[in-house]
Amino acid sequence: MKKMRISKKNLIALAGALAIYFLVSGLLSLGMISKFQEINLMLLGINIILAVSLNLIVGVTGQLALGHAGFMAIGAYVSAIFTMYLDKPFLLAIILGALAAALAGIIIGLPTLRLKGDYLAIATLGFGEIIRGITINIDYIGGAAGMIGIPRQTNWPYLFVMVVFTIVVIVNFLNSTHGRACVAIRENEIAAETMGINTTYYKVLAFAMGAFFAGIGGALYAHYFYLIQPTTFTFLRSFDILVMVVLGGLGSMTGSIIAAAGITIVNAALQDLAVLRMVIYAVLLIVVMVFRPQGLMGTKEFTLNRWVKKRGEVSESAGN
Amino acid sequence: MNLLETKDLTISFGGLTAVANVNLNLKKGELAGLIGPNGAGKTTIFNLLTGVYRPTSGDIRFENKSIVGLKPYQITQRAIARTFQNIRLFNELSVLDNIRIAYHWHSNYSVLSSILRLGAFHKGEKEIRKRSEKLLEIFNLSRYRDEKACNLPYGEQRRLEIARALAAKPKLLLLDEPAAGMNPQETRDLMDLINWVRQEFNLTILLIEHDMTLVMGICEHIYVLDYGQVIAEGKPEDIRNNERVIEAYLGRGGER
Repeated sequence: MKKMRISKKNLIALAGALAIYFLVSGLLSLGMISKFQEINLMLLGINIILAVSLNLIVGVTGQLALGHAGFMAIGAYVSAIFTMYLDKPFLLAIILGALAAALAGIIIGLPTLRLKGDYLAIATLGFGEIIRGITINIDYIGGAAGMIGIPRQTNWPYLFVMVVFTIVVIVNFLNSTHGRACVAIRENEIAAETMGINTTYYKVLAFAMGAFFAGIGGALYAHYFYLIQPTTFTFLRSFDILVMVVLGGLGSMTGSIIAAAGITIVNAALQDLAVLRMVIYAVLLIVVMVFRPQGLMGTKEFTLNRWVKKRGEVSESAGN
Repeated sequence: MNLLETKDLTISFGGLTAVANVNLNLKKGELAGLIGPNGAGKTTIFNLLTGVYRPTSGDIRFENKSIVGLKPYQITQRAIARTFQNIRLFNELSVLDNIRIAYHWHSNYSVLSSILRLGAFHKGEKEIRKRSEKLLEIFNLSRYRDEKACNLPYGEQRRLEIARALAAKPKLLLLDEPAAGMNPQETRDLMDLINWVRQEFNLTILLIEHDMTLVMGICEHIYVLDYGQVIAEGKPEDIRNNERVIEAYLGRGGER
């Protein structure tokens, strides 16, 4: 039954992705991207992974969770242990870090996902702080000083593949009956349960998947910036990611991608303005929220269908 | 054979007994009504039957198996579907998606095959879509297919909710005040719809209703509930002339 179906719009998406990949690769090898720009390129990719994965939990399934930095921390520390202390290959370390984060997602999700709205937010906020507390107190991973000298293995190919992997998996999941089950929980949990949907299962599944990709984001982060500390993953980072999701539009994956890219670029562009940067950043957010309270994309997706003119098929995101 | 039986079904909230020793017996293919004054415990019985509440004592047997303690989604998977007194559609989703979600538990492809877009995914999605579109056609809702559910006229929302319940392929359908807020013409159409749906889908139906034309018009067997207890049951003619029922609705000394 394994049939490969490559439609016209999948080909266009593939071609677009390859174009972006080779364009950036070319610019990097020609030295046309400065060190500063490269750092922000990495941050941009990592932020896309984090925003898209948080959107699965908050925007799609409707569970307001504020512990994303915690999952990111688990992915970062676990992967760093495997590459730095145990000399394992980077890819394996990424996968193990992501799996550890997903496992934490399940353990945290099972008891807390019966809470709703602000109660869940506070519980997950607490979880993030617990992770930080734990990392401070384990000497093996450097305690409060953190881990220093993690091999720099995150590069453009790794980053690109992981970003595409995250988007494809989550978008494909969304455009299936399982994704619709998650959306049904957001829309009306009682009706969803009455329609035969195992709401607990899907909430925990969304949580675990979101945590998995946050773990990947953390692993990429750790292996680009040499150094991770407990203070790298405070709740402020969870809020940063949440801002991207809300700004892009809850439930819209293309919205999250645009917002993650936009915020990273704006942040980088305003770097020289020091204190004024935070003011401009805040004003920008307020302006967007006043004029587009539903987020940049609302719940809509930017799809290639509109361009290829093929109605009725399941929609496919345009990639990044 | 009885499709649904409750034996001494009782639930108490703290000191308040909301439903006491209720015995319902629904034959296969029967259309039964549950009536009673406000606060008599009708919706509570629905919530007990669908697993929202767990009975304090007593038993609920569906197809001769106890369904007490099952979660609502498990009860739906045993083929009991319901609608709600206050419509609970997935408001922000399209009419088609509302139906497709109800088909969810019949879908047979895994999360992995949807991520990898295997053949099972395409086959499963096609099947769900085909069935959903057919159901929309039967209910004359095809023209609203891509419309958000909340933008439908009130009567159509009621119909969509019934269609969605049927998408779960139930044997027993529970309708909680399906005619609430409808005008006489809409109510008549609804009666035709209920009768027709029952034939077409081979259903057993239990409905709660305040509209007596509807209840007396289509129900074969009626249970009257007051203060959580069944005070009368029988054919519509018997209920209409029952002293205790009149008393419950109009009060003691009320005129006929």
